[in-house]
Amino acid sequence: MKTHFAIALLVCAALVAACTGSHARTEIRVVEFWGMGREGEVVAELVPEFERRNPGIRVAVQQIPWTAAHEKLLTAHVGGSLPDVAQMGNTWVPEFHVVGALQDLTPLEAASASTNREDFFDGIWETSTIDGRLYGVPWYVDTRVLFYRSDLLRDAGFDAPPRSWSEWVRVCAALKAKSGRDDFHPMLLPTNEWPQPVVLAVNLGAPLIAADATAQFSEPKFIQAFTFYLDFFRRRDAPVVAGSQIANLYQQFGEGEFAMLITGPWNVGEMRRRLPAEMQSRWTTAPIPAPDGTPWPGLSIAGGSSLVVFERSEQKEAAWKFIEFLTEPEQQVRFYKLSGNLPARRSAWDDPTLRQDRELAAFRIQLDHTVALPRIPEWERIATAIFEQGELAARGQFDAVEGARRLDVRVDEMLAKRRWVLAR
Amino acid sequence: MKVRRPAFGAEARAGLVFLVPAMTLISVFFALPVIAGFVLSLTDFDIYSLGSVANTRFVGTANYSGLVDNAVFWASLRNTLYFSLVGGPLTIVLALGAALLLNAKLARFKPLFRTIYFAPVVTSIVAVAVVWRFLYHPRVGLLNRMLDLVGIEGIDWLGDPHWAMPSIILLSIWKNFGYSAIIFLAGLQNAPEELYEAAQIDGAGPLRQFWNITLPELAPTFAFVTLITAIGYFQIFAEPYVMTPDGGPLNSTLTIVMLMYREGFRWWNMGFAAAIAFVLFALVFGATMLRGFFRKGVAR
Repeated sequence: MKTHFAIALLVCAALVAACTGSHARTEIRVVEFWGMGREGEVVAELVPEFERRNPGIRVAVQQIPWTAAHEKLLTAHVGGSLPDVAQMGNTWVPEFHVVGALQDLTPLEAASASTNREDFFDGIWETSTIDGRLYGVPWYVDTRVLFYRSDLLRDAGFDAPPRSWSEWVRVCAALKAKSGRDDFHPMLLPTNEWPQPVVLAVNLGAPLIAADATAQFSEPKFIQAFTFYLDFFRRRDAPVVAGSQIANLYQQFGEGEFAMLITGPWNVGEMRRRLPAEMQSRWTTAPIPAPDGTPWPGLSIAGGSSLVVFERSEQKEAAWKFIEFLTEPEQQVRFYKLSGNLPARRSAWDDPTLRQDRELAAFRIQLDHTVALPRIPEWERIATAIFEQGELAARGQFDAVEGARRLDVRVDEMLAKRRWVLAR
Repeated sequence: MKVRRPAFGAEARAGLVFLVPAMTLISVFFALPVIAGFVLSLTDFDIYSLGSVANTRFVGTANYSGLVDNAVFWASLRNTLYFSLVGGPLTIVLALGAALLLNAKLARFKPLFRTIYFAPVVTSIVAVAVVWRFLYHPRVGLLNRMLDLVGIEGIDWLGDPHWAMPSIILLSIWKNFGYSAIIFLAGLQNAPEELYEAAQIDGAGPLRQFWNITLPELAPTFAFVTLITAIGYFQIFAEPYVMTPDGGPLNSTLTIVMLMYREGFRWWNMGFAAAIAFVLFALVFGATMLRGFFRKGVAR
């Protein structure tokens, strides 16, 4: 309701401005912005400050549900009805670059006094850069870290979370020995989620997809990571269940049915909201453990949303101003407080709210150690294929080597068109 | 002869003139898109083609053979058949029951009940979805609360892969049976009263009357309702889409049309999506033919 009201107000303001504008000399430019889900709601609260600073620009915010965002953006591109600027999940940036929808932001960014490349986390910046050109400015970041029950680990003899992969395995063994429960599993790795196996793979430096668009899953590094992933199931350190079969993740975590899971920043807020008060001191977060022989912390993946300007926009300059505004450290902090989304800029993390947050400390460390995923339009479907084969292998239908071979076949099939386009 | 020929020509011309508007509309809005769709299904039109049309290749029947190897397609076909074969007969039986009740001589407030049965049909599916999501809510939903009262543990209606499809079927039956019920009611009201009177004199009970008069009298209505329901249910999209937009847990509510939508509009694999559309057409066409075949059998 609030957003509707805000939009209605904006429209009125624009209309009034348009009516009086014919006499006044200043021309009002309207920048259309599409935001997804909760972010689209929250951004409306940031807009008044932007409009106060830029009297000649009005921002019309349109909220798009996440579930329909991808098809809306694509059909809008085909129908020529895209807005000027939008939020875009950064795995979609390569795809919209391929269809020619995105404005190259490299020159605007180079000339900008506000965006400062050095201040953004490297892995996150990479996600929206294709062939050395910038197509989106990171707005907020999403990475995965280890959530764990500090009390259970302490009872099992570990005062600190695991820092290496071998220690991780030992922690699992100790937790199992300590619990004595049949329904207890030290780890939770839902079999319908791709980030977990992919995080392990990037830690070993597995290439996943080569530059010539061939699948690289039979590469020894991937097989090693995949084996490590599957071993959690083989040792019964993790149950073979999909996320949809877990009735209540938070309740089960609180009751100690599992002690560790790899998940993202939104669950910090969820855990605080859903776990009872007495549980709040018994869980926290840690960066991803590193493979043995590599320095701590391990690597994680760089996700989140970027802000893009569309090629056909007639308000590119004003749109860029809005992007500069939204990525300002001060606005990033405000946005974090409103939505819980983590800032993409290092200087925003100097804010006491973020710096003193116990659970966010691990995210701050992890953000300096993230890797951008392959930037190709097919990535989302490849990610699905990874967990699908992972689930079959976890159920014992075949081993890691065979799983990797099947992945190669399926992904090479998905990439056939890309190879042909690249070869032209 | 010499007189007749130009007259015939003029008649034909007049006929053509009358046909032109309809034929133009049909060819522009039906025939051309269907042909274009078929041509599309023989290409690999995808996201790269959107960048540049030159990135499109003619692939022959590769999209169709790709479907055969596609496990998700088979899953969606299974789900669609599950939905149609369970949901279809239940809808028809419920509709017939409702129509019989509405037609009963003892029934009162008939217009009220007619409105109640028909209301879901004319209600927007999106509004319906909001209400049914509440009903199905695992914790605060009315259904689970009622199960709770009789001591049965609640079900995660839309979250459990085994229950998601039955939940969608239940919603669809409720949403759609009113339409068939109204048609059945019309059929029932056409059944001549004398037949029932004659049967009563001959000593036929209500069951006998239903079996030997009502059902045969309703045969053409039955045929029509079955056909409409089958065609509608094979193309089921809106109900599962509004309740479980991503195809539900483990793709358990992914129907053929949802798969087509996902491939076509989410991933922009238009060639592949067009192939799915033609397979669906073949299925619906086949089902319709099968019904005609049965009817011939009955007539004999």
